[in-house]
Amino acid sequence: MSELAQNLTLPGALLAGLSPGVAAMLVMFASCAAVLGVVALNGMFLVWWERKISAHIQSRVGPMTTGYWHGWLQSIADGVKLLLKENIIPLMADRWLFMLAPLVVFMSAFMAFVPIPWGEKLIVADLNVGVLYIAAITSLSAIGVIMAGWASNNKWSLYGGMRAAAQIVSYEIPVGLALVPALLASSTLSMQGIVEVQAGGIWNWNIFAGGPFTIVAFGALFLASLAEVNRAPFDLPEAESELVCGFHTEYSGMCFAFFFLAEYSEMFVVAVVASVLYLGGWHDPLGLGILPGPVVLMAKVLLLVFVQMWFRWTFPRLRVDQLMYLAWKVLTPLGFINVFGAAFWLILV
Amino acid sequence: MSDNLALIFFVIAAAGVATFMMGTAVFLGPKRRHRVKDQPFACGGLAEPYPGEQFPVRYYLVAMLFILFDIEVVFLYFWGVIFRDLGFPGLYEILLFIGVLGAGLAYVWRRGALRWV
Repeated sequence: MSELAQNLTLPGALLAGLSPGVAAMLVMFASCAAVLGVVALNGMFLVWWERKISAHIQSRVGPMTTGYWHGWLQSIADGVKLLLKENIIPLMADRWLFMLAPLVVFMSAFMAFVPIPWGEKLIVADLNVGVLYIAAITSLSAIGVIMAGWASNNKWSLYGGMRAAAQIVSYEIPVGLALVPALLASSTLSMQGIVEVQAGGIWNWNIFAGGPFTIVAFGALFLASLAEVNRAPFDLPEAESELVCGFHTEYSGMCFAFFFLAEYSEMFVVAVVASVLYLGGWHDPLGLGILPGPVVLMAKVLLLVFVQMWFRWTFPRLRVDQLMYLAWKVLTPLGFINVFGAAFWLILV
Repeated sequence: MSDNLALIFFVIAAAGVATFMMGTAVFLGPKRRHRVKDQPFACGGLAEPYPGEQFPVRYYLVAMLFILFDIEVVFLYFWGVIFRDLGFPGLYEILLFIGVLGAGLAYVWRRGALRWV
């Protein structure tokens, strides 16, 4: 945080006359507002984008009316609508848990933005355990989902919550194992440190550091993190055709909006983690360093998010047993092979 | 230290913003209660009484296996950071460690704990 205050030239000049404590507080407020803005804008943009992509994949046009140009105001209109809707709490629900669950899910998604490196000096807090922190904080959303499923006291919600628990917990292991080859290649847990190791062009990126093993690890990370954020084809916790809406069946208005916002933020966060660990973060593919860091990172992240959406509108949903088979009998052994293959490759080659 | 302060600040700010947004929505939205609307949604059927469903023991098994393997993965993180300094001796030791847990995975696989249906 203090590095941020010293290194950003414009705020640095503005803050020069203030005492260090006050300046640090101001920087914290500013970075918090910036992250909140990114979360909100990202949510609104991705919702609109997904509606357009799904429409074009299905030979439709998607939202076209609100805001005249391709319905670009649609998400804002939806946001206002959700804010003004009634917040229905079913009679038999556990009221406190019911209200707390969307807050937990939203906070876990929001907190994951803290150690994201946007550029050379542009980071809220360069935690020395950044990767571990993100893995820990994003898995907190499982607790919120289980709370939502339990507190609703509806059988569809409860099924969704239990499935979410089993799914998120199972896929935590392939995700964790798929992160390790990148750590082997960069010898640090700090997100900024991992990006710095990959400077100088596409051939220095971690995805090519361990030969075939890191390439496979990147693919495994992408697949398993789709399951972590409950995206199709792994969206069993909210499978519409079986469970109505799964864990958020009973939610309406703003509480529902929090779940939605958190889902799109989590999609963004897992794409950031994959980009930072394997695709060079804010370094461009040619190592020129002309484009600003945030632009390069956003390009990579949006590309991965686009593939996530493409998957959703292409592949049918898996069955529960297929989901568990993939996690425990395919991705987990594959993760072990990747870790040791990459380790031997890095020592010997 | 300042990084930890930033984290604490972010927790408080996130909780504050989220509570404020939810409070605003509750304040602005209509509050029209109705006997039917307040029932849990059950596709038109009658709602089940409090925890109406029993759950298969499989969920419990998965949770136990998760604890074992997730702790193992956390060990791998820290080995991964210092793996270049440790070199081959460290690699062999972690290979032994994973070998034991891999034998465990093979055992639960063979006993059918990973079979969902």
